[in-house]
Amino acid sequence: MNIVDRRPNPKGKSLSNRQRFLARARAEVKSAVQEALRKRKVADVGHGEKVAIPTRGIAEPNFHHSRRTGRTEHVVPGNKEYIRGDEIPRPTGGEGRGGSQGSPDGSGEDAFEFTLSKEEFLDMFFEDLELPDLVKKSLKETFAVDLQRAGYTVTGSPANLSIRRTMRNSMARRISLKRPKQSDLEALREAIDNARSRGADEEAERLLRELDRLEHRSKIIPYIDPIDVRYNRFERVPRPNTEAVMFCLMDVSGSMTEAMKDLAKRFFMLLHVFLIRRYRHVDIVFIRHTSTAEEVDEETFFYSRETGGTVVSTALEKMLEIARARYPTDRWNIYAAQASDGDNYGADSGRCVSLLGSEVLPLCQYFAYVEVGDGMGGSLTGLSRDSDLWRAYNEVAPVHPHFVMRRVSDPSQIFSVFHELFAKGGIRA
Amino acid sequence: MPDSVALRLETATPLFTGPNWDYSGLRRVYDAVERIALDELGLDVYPVQVEVITSEQMLDAYASVGLPLMYRHWSFGKRFAYHETLYRKGLQGLAYEIVINSNPCICYIMEENSMTMQTLVIAHAAFGHNHFFKNNYLFRQWTDANGILDYLSFARDYVQKCEERHGAEAVERVLDAAHALKDHGVNRYAHRTKPNLAEERRRAEEWRAHFEATYNDLWRTVPGADKDKDDSGNEARLLEIKRELGLPEENLLYFIEKRAPRLEDWQQELVRIVRLVSQYFYPQKQTQMMNEGCATFVHYEIMRRLHDKGLITEGSMLEFLHSHSSVVFQPDFDDPRFSGLNPYALGFAMMSDIRRICEEPTEEDREWFPDIAGSGDGFGVLRHAWANYRDESFVLQHLSPAMIRRFRLFHVSDDSTKPALRVEAIHDDVGYRKIRGALSRQYDLSRREPDIQVVDVDLRGDRCLILAHYVHNGVLLEEQSCRAVIRHTATLWGYSVKLLEIDAATDKTLKTYEVAPPG
Repeated sequence: MNIVDRRPNPKGKSLSNRQRFLARARAEVKSAVQEALRKRKVADVGHGEKVAIPTRGIAEPNFHHSRRTGRTEHVVPGNKEYIRGDEIPRPTGGEGRGGSQGSPDGSGEDAFEFTLSKEEFLDMFFEDLELPDLVKKSLKETFAVDLQRAGYTVTGSPANLSIRRTMRNSMARRISLKRPKQSDLEALREAIDNARSRGADEEAERLLRELDRLEHRSKIIPYIDPIDVRYNRFERVPRPNTEAVMFCLMDVSGSMTEAMKDLAKRFFMLLHVFLIRRYRHVDIVFIRHTSTAEEVDEETFFYSRETGGTVVSTALEKMLEIARARYPTDRWNIYAAQASDGDNYGADSGRCVSLLGSEVLPLCQYFAYVEVGDGMGGSLTGLSRDSDLWRAYNEVAPVHPHFVMRRVSDPSQIFSVFHELFAKGGIRA
Repeated sequence: MPDSVALRLETATPLFTGPNWDYSGLRRVYDAVERIALDELGLDVYPVQVEVITSEQMLDAYASVGLPLMYRHWSFGKRFAYHETLYRKGLQGLAYEIVINSNPCICYIMEENSMTMQTLVIAHAAFGHNHFFKNNYLFRQWTDANGILDYLSFARDYVQKCEERHGAEAVERVLDAAHALKDHGVNRYAHRTKPNLAEERRRAEEWRAHFEATYNDLWRTVPGADKDKDDSGNEARLLEIKRELGLPEENLLYFIEKRAPRLEDWQQELVRIVRLVSQYFYPQKQTQMMNEGCATFVHYEIMRRLHDKGLITEGSMLEFLHSHSSVVFQPDFDDPRFSGLNPYALGFAMMSDIRRICEEPTEEDREWFPDIAGSGDGFGVLRHAWANYRDESFVLQHLSPAMIRRFRLFHVSDDSTKPALRVEAIHDDVGYRKIRGALSRQYDLSRREPDIQVVDVDLRGDRCLILAHYVHNGVLLEEQSCRAVIRHTATLWGYSVKLLEIDAATDKTLKTYEVAPPG
C-alpha cells in the first residue's frame, strides 16, 4: 500500500469550473444580486451572499419518464397497515421518488441556491462600473518610479557590489582551476619542517619543489579575479498609483436630519467599498462643517450633532489644506464626496464655486456632490426649488467633467444613483 | 456483541487508542485489515493507494463526479456550488471516503476522520469496493481500471486544447449537448469482436476465389433489371443502407459520433469523450446496491474481527457501530427522511441474510434456496454473487421472504388514470414472489431509463434524424426536458431531429416531437 498526502496539492481545483458556471448564469445571478442588495444594509455590502437563481439557464436536461403518465409500480419499505387490494390516495410528492427532489440536476422547477464569495458578489455588483478620469491618473503615474531588483550585472558602481555572488563565482573558479588551498600549503610547509628535522633532506628537497610549484600556482590564479565580480542590477519601473484617499465632506449643521445623514453615510460607504477594490490602500478623511470645518473620526462624523450656521467653503479649504499637507498628487489618487442638504450661507456660494473650480477640482480624480433631501422636498410642493448650493455648483458642473452632482431623497435610490455616477462609458453629469 | 467480548481470551494490544491518526498508525491498520481481508475473507483486490485529502478537496472530488481529474465544464462548477452550500449550511456531511475504480485502486480519505473512521474507510473502500471493482463481471467487461486515469488526463488536455483552438463557447456547446444525451451514450451489450486485418483479408480472398470459381459469362447477357430497379429495389436499398448504418442503434452518442454529417473531427472526439466517461459509470449505476452492500458487509465483518482479536478498543468499536448503524438506517416510506430504498441498508441486510441462509437455514430457506441453504460457506456464495450479479439479478435471485418481512416491503401500482394507488402485494405467502419480481424490475436500469433508439435517417430528403421512444405501460417522456434534449441533439446532428413516442405493445405513435435544424 501507498499513502500519499494530497493535502498540499494546489487548492481551487474547481475554481475555473465555478467561474464558467457563474459566467453561464450571469444574468440570473446579477438580478439575484441586485435583489439581495435592495434588502440588505449598507454595512453588509462587503460580505458574500447566498443567492437563489432560477434553474432555467443552467438546467441540464436529459430524457426521463414523466411521473404523471402511464402505469408504474414501486416497492417501498415500512408497511404498517396495508393489505393486498388497499387503495392509497396519491401522495403529492410522488411515491418513492423523494430522492431526486432538490437534486443538482435541476430537473425540478425549484430555484438553485448557492453562495457567492465576497469577491464574486462585489464583482457582480460593480460589474459595469468603472473609475472615472483614468487619463489623468496615468499621466501622473509617470512621475513615480521605483527601483526594482533585476538580477546581476558585470558593471556597476562599487556601492552595488554583490559580495555574495562575487564570492560564489570566485570560489567556483578557484575550485575548477585547482588553486591550492592555504591549508594545503601550511601542511606542506610542516611536512618540510618534519622532513628536515628527521634529516630526510632528499624528501625535504622534493617537497620544497612541490611547495614552490603550488605557491607559484596560487600566485597566477588570483583569489578574486575581475571576472568574478558581479553587481546588483536595478531597474527603474514606473510605480502604479495604488493609493487613494477619499475625502468625505458633510454638512452637520442643525438642518441635516438623521435620515439625511444616513443617506450620506450609505453613499460614502459604497464609494469606499468601490475604491478598496481598485486600490491597494485607501485612506479616508472625514471633514464635517458647520460654519467652521474640522477633521474628525468616523464615529464623530456620523453620529455627533452640532449646531451653527453653514459655510460650505470652510470644508473645501480644510480639504485643500489636508490634501496639500498629507496627500501629494503624484502619489495619491484623490476622491471627494460631499453631502449636504444644500443650505449655505448666502454670500459663501460664490466663494465655493471659485475654490472648487480653481483649486479643488484640479487636485481631484473625481468629486461627487450628493444633495440629500428628506424624501418630501420637491415632490410635496410640486415644484423643485433648487438649493443655493445646487444652483452654485450647477455653474461648475458643465466645465469639469469629473465633477458630478445628484439628488437623493430615499435609501432605495442610493444604488441607482451610485450606478449612474460610475457607469462605464463616462459620466453624464 | 456481548458474546464476542466474553470470548476474547488473548489480550492483544490495540492498533491505536486515541482519536488522532498518523501515518504509521494507518499502515499498521492497513496491514491488519489486509490480513483479515485476504486470508480470512478471501478477497481479491487491486493494489491500493491511499490519498489523504482535505474537506475542500473532497468537495472538488464531488464536483467532478468522484473522479480525480476531469475536463472543465460549467456543470461541474454548478455541482460544486451546490454541495458547498449544503456543506456550509451543515445540511450535508461529506462522505468519509471516495474510491476510484482504477488500478491501483485510489482511495481518498479525509484528514478530519478519526483513526476509527480511517480504519472503517480502509476496510470499506480499499477492500470492499476494491474487491467488487476487480471481480464483478460488469466492471470487468466495461471498464478498464488500468487505463482510466490516463484516459481522463488525455480528455482533460484534449478539451483544453479544443478550447484554445475553437473557443470555449464552441466547446461548451458540444459538451452541453453531449451531456444531455450521456445516459443514452452507453453500449448495453458487448459488441461483436472487432475483425482484425488478417482475418478480413482472408475473408475477402475466399470471397474472390468463390466468385472466380463460379463466374459464368452467360449472366452478363441476361437482360438486367438495372434500369427499372429504381422502384422495386429502392426499399431494399434503403433497408441495406439502414443495415450499414447499424440501425436501429440505442447508443445515441455513438451513432452521432460516427454518423453525424456536420460534426468536425474535434467535435466527434468530444462526443466520444463524454460517451466513454458515461460508459465508465454504466456498471456503477447497475450495481450501486450490491457495491455498497459488499463494501458495508466487508467493513462490518472486518471491524468485528478486529475487535474480536482485541486490535481495536471498545471505544472505537462503539464509535464504529454508531457510524455503521446510521449508514444502514432505512426510514419507512412515510418518514420525512425517506428517499427510496437505502442501497447500503438493503445490500448489507441481504448479504448478511445470505450468510445466515448458508450457515443457519430455516425450513423456509431450504425451500426457497435449496442450492445454498445449509451449504456452510457463506463467503463463497457471497463472492460468487459479487462477481456474477448486478442489482436486478441479485434481488431476483437472493431476496428472501425473511428480508421482505424485515423491511416490510410492499408493492404498490400507480395508474395515472386512477385517483388512487393500489397495494398489489405485501409480505405474505402470495406476495413474496411478486414483491421480489417488482423490486428486481425497479433496479433494472433498462426499465428505469427510457428506451430510446435511433431508428431512421432520412438520407434522401432533409437528413432528418428520427428517434423512437418505445413506450412501456404508457409512461411518456417528461415533455419540457425532452424538448430541450432534442434541441441539443439537433445541435450535434446539424439537421432536424424528430422523436416519436411509440407504444411498444401496439406500435401506435402516441406523440411526436420535432426540432428544426439549428440556425
